[in-house]
Amino acid sequence: MAEMMQFDLVTPERKLASFEVSEVDIPGAEGDFAAMPGHAPVISSLKPGVLRATGADGYKSFVVSGGFAEVNGASVSVLAERAIPIEEATGTVVDSMLDEARSLLAAALPEDRDACEKLVHDIEMLRGTMAI
Amino acid sequence: MPSLKDLKNRIESVKSTRKITKAMQMVAAAKLRRAQEAAEAGRPYAERMQAVMSSLAASVGTGEGAPRLLAGTGSDKTHLLVVMTSERGLCGGFNSSIVRLARARVAELQAAGKTVKIITVGKKGREQLRRDYGSYVIGHVDLSDVKRIGYVNAQAIAKDILARFDAEEFDVATIFFNRFQSVISQIPTAQQIIPAKLDAAAGSETETASTVYDYEPSEEAILADLLPRGVATQIFTALLENGASEQGARMSAMDNATRNAGDMIDKLTIQYNRSRQAAITKELIEIISGAEAL
Repeated sequence: MAEMMQFDLVTPERKLASFEVSEVDIPGAEGDFAAMPGHAPVISSLKPGVLRATGADGYKSFVVSGGFAEVNGASVSVLAERAIPIEEATGTVVDSMLDEARSLLAAALPEDRDACEKLVHDIEMLRGTMAI
Repeated sequence: MPSLKDLKNRIESVKSTRKITKAMQMVAAAKLRRAQEAAEAGRPYAERMQAVMSSLAASVGTGEGAPRLLAGTGSDKTHLLVVMTSERGLCGGFNSSIVRLARARVAELQAAGKTVKIITVGKKGREQLRRDYGSYVIGHVDLSDVKRIGYVNAQAIAKDILARFDAEEFDVATIFFNRFQSVISQIPTAQQIIPAKLDAAAGSETETASTVYDYEPSEEAILADLLPRGVATQIFTALLENGASEQGARMSAMDNATRNAGDMIDKLTIQYNRSRQAAITKELIEIISGAEAL
């Protein structure tokens, strides 16, 4: 029996998930990483991507964007500005995220351009991995 | 002395008023439950957010190079008041109590020689504030088409406020809303959102402060990313609290109205019965005196 830790995924509107997990794959701003029980304490901001939490009975995936993840040895809390179960994340949802990011890019100040371009790119990548 | 017919009509009309207020009370009760659930659901996010921001802010500090959302613009000349009220009336003292608090703050700021700007959220507050402070109102957010307040609404308001902050239209922003205490008590609250007022004590109580975290990317980058989100979160929390308070206030106002209507019906019914009895007695006297005269 693998060691377990508490996993919480909350958005401003509701608590999306809260259960025991053995591993969480997090799309961190500086690269994806996996958090397992006993992981060193980290606070990382998120990039748009797929978060996968592996529990005792299989895994659950969520599309997340914005916010941050807080990891310490005993628990992982993910505070995402938007999070949806992957089953509900159809092409249109991702497209609307992409449109939003593109319009942000169009309106961005020169110093924010890099960040916005990265955002668009991240969502395009996300779209690619979901194969839609 | 109103005639019997008048009284009867009166009673009927008060009865239908009572039906309406009763129905409104029940609708408000149902909505209140939903609004309360929404407020509950938003709480964990807001609390974690606040805790992490507090600990980050404590370690970054407010010295040179700190984000302006945290450190402020260095002056407090211009104040922005964001006054949140309801879109609909018939909710007792709900709107007046917020507006009263906002008015007191405006008077206080003006006495101190500061400039005041106002953004209103919700129609009722705008109507009341426009009368006295029409020239200070620089914006209005209309939520009358919104059935269920979502995070996007808060984000839109936050975006507007942040854009104004970047354009240096104000130095300090405060939101006014009713904090939901219970159905009969809502507390008008003023909360400063820019520069962010982070309670250092709140951060240290959680385990966040006691564990040493690695930050990815840097602490400063995360803080800069979180501060605007924090503004949106605070506004969202305020909107939800306000929504629950509005329904609570409406529920108790309508409960009172229903009870008053009931009292009035009782009173009118007694009056009606008395008048009827008086009329019958009068007729009897007339018949008897007529018979005696024969």
